[in-house]
Amino acid sequence: MIELKGIQKLFQTKDGQVTAVDNVNLTIDKGEIFGVIGYSGAGKSTLIRMLNMLERPTSGDVILDEKDMGSLSQSDLRFARQGIGMIFQHFNLLWSRTVRDNIAFPLEIAGVSKEERNKRVDELIKLVGLEGRGGSYPSQLSGGQKQRVGIARALANNPKVLLCDEATSALDPKTTDSILDLLVDINEKLGLTIVLITHEMHVIRKICHRVAVMENGQVVEEGDVLDVFKHPKEEMTKEFVKQVTEPEETEKSLEHLFGEKGIGQVLQLTFVGNDVTKHLITDLIRTYNVTINILQGKISSTQNGAYGSLFIGIDGEPEELTKVIDHIKKEQVEVEVIHGG
Amino acid sequence: MAEIFFPNVNWDRLWDATVETLYMTGMSVVFTFLFGTILGLVLFLTSKDNMWENRIIHGITAAFVNIFRSIPFIILIVLLIPFTRAIVGSMLGPSAALPALIIGAAPFYARMVEIALREIDKGVIEASRSMGASNKEIIFKVLLPESMPALVSGITVTSIALVSYTAMAGFIGAGGLGDMAFREGFQRRNEDVTLMATIVILLIVFAVQFIGDRLTHKLDKR
Ligand SMILES: Nc1ncnc2c1ncn2[C@@H]1O[C@H](COP(=O)(O)OP(=O)(O)OP(=O)(O)O)[C@@H](O)[C@H]1O
Ligand SMILES: [Mg+2]
Repeated sequence: MIELKGIQKLFQTKDGQVTAVDNVNLTIDKGEIFGVIGYSGAGKSTLIRMLNMLERPTSGDVILDEKDMGSLSQSDLRFARQGIGMIFQHFNLLWSRTVRDNIAFPLEIAGVSKEERNKRVDELIKLVGLEGRGGSYPSQLSGGQKQRVGIARALANNPKVLLCDEATSALDPKTTDSILDLLVDINEKLGLTIVLITHEMHVIRKICHRVAVMENGQVVEEGDVLDVFKHPKEEMTKEFVKQVTEPEETEKSLEHLFGEKGIGQVLQLTFVGNDVTKHLITDLIRTYNVTINILQGKISSTQNGAYGSLFIGIDGEPEELTKVIDHIKKEQVEVEVIHGG
Repeated sequence: MAEIFFPNVNWDRLWDATVETLYMTGMSVVFTFLFGTILGLVLFLTSKDNMWENRIIHGITAAFVNIFRSIPFIILIVLLIPFTRAIVGSMLGPSAALPALIIGAAPFYARMVEIALREIDKGVIEASRSMGASNKEIIFKVLLPESMPALVSGITVTSIALVSYTAMAGFIGAGGLGDMAFREGFQRRNEDVTLMATIVILLIVFAVQFIGDRLTHKLDKR
């Protein structure tokens, strides 16, 4: 659906030349939710803005829906943009227009008749769950509601691609989740291809199928979300993965526990893409002569399975402990003895 | 009652002068709004990083605006006498004041328009672009509506300045309340006439301010 070939973007500034995006090659498939993660200044916004030519690449090609975006004429580009929705961190709604009129704006641009506009706006308001708020002005809405208007507006012309530039970064965790749920819903219902950029691994984990990690303008790692979670190659990726898999202050709080009596060995179990969590612990206790304490854990579900770490304290005869570890390994769960081995 | 306090006021004359002032103010506000908005848009759109970025046009427009904004109005009227004769045909009556009023006020208003347009969030313009809006659509559906409250409060301030400009326009024989206060009041030592003309001017200013404030408030949905 989207292909980036050797994309580069240089900015000339007073302090010299800045390479915002450096030789990026990516292929994004139809119907997938593709995430781009990176720290501030990595070049994410610049990259996503080149997909609809809000920013022109210094070199390289952007092929979107079989069109070479860089070579389109002004009017062809405007037409192509009608098929690409975009939502923003700060929503960017027209405050002089009501919710309805904001959603109708892209339809006006596309030359849709008034009657049809009204019909479409009704559908969209329902789709994003803003029934009864059509007459409000953006200033009368909460952040989450504003983003819903942004999404409705972006979907108005039935785009094939939706670009999200930090769409949830201005929202609290609960609202973020509801917006992410809405995006997944839209992705499934409409088969829309979604490209989203973020600096929060949580967002990637929750809704993306594939992810690219950006650093200094380059994509340093790319792949299925689960694979990247399982075997992060780059140091930076590992840091991002930690955001969602390791409970905060794991080591400190565990060290505190090590001192307590009754804890022999501490194991770290890492689950990837399976849901053995449900029965594994029960099986262990029933089968072997050991006692198990769950110390801490953080299991997150991703679009293609669960991922996370569980720390357990385990006590028993050494042979039993070995059997337990073998059992765990057989279940395709990674296990590491982090204390008392 | 009125005859006791204002013995020298000729009420018919007062009425005529009021109509002349309202005419001069009204016409000049309409044209100032039109030309000022266009000039302001040109200033904004040709500025750096904008859709029609053009240093030459921007420079010329800015110079024109700055020069005409800086010339004291009373001098501008005199300077423009030949120009006014050419387009109005005479130097008598309220219409003769219009060219000077408009040329004096439009640049003043253009700067306010430019500032109002600058205040618009760049993100909103970018969002419109991402939807495929053309430059024309961005101007008429985004820039002007989004800045409308500021444009209206700006024209309110300008209108009030225009009311006082019309008073000065009396010097070139344009008539109006200022003319009346000066010729029939001051020069003939009829203080009551001066006072009455002042009261009417103040009423006009208050009315303009009131209407402008109400309108701005109504339009402002931020
Ligand atoms: N218009 C511009 N002119 C000059 N430099 C720019 C411009 N836009 C971006 N840059 C530079 O390009 C680099 C990448 O910026 P970009 O906004 O793409 O980062 P980002 O990953 O989106 O960061 P954030 O998470 O903070 O939004 C930065 O070093 C930035 O200073
Ligand atoms: Mg950014």
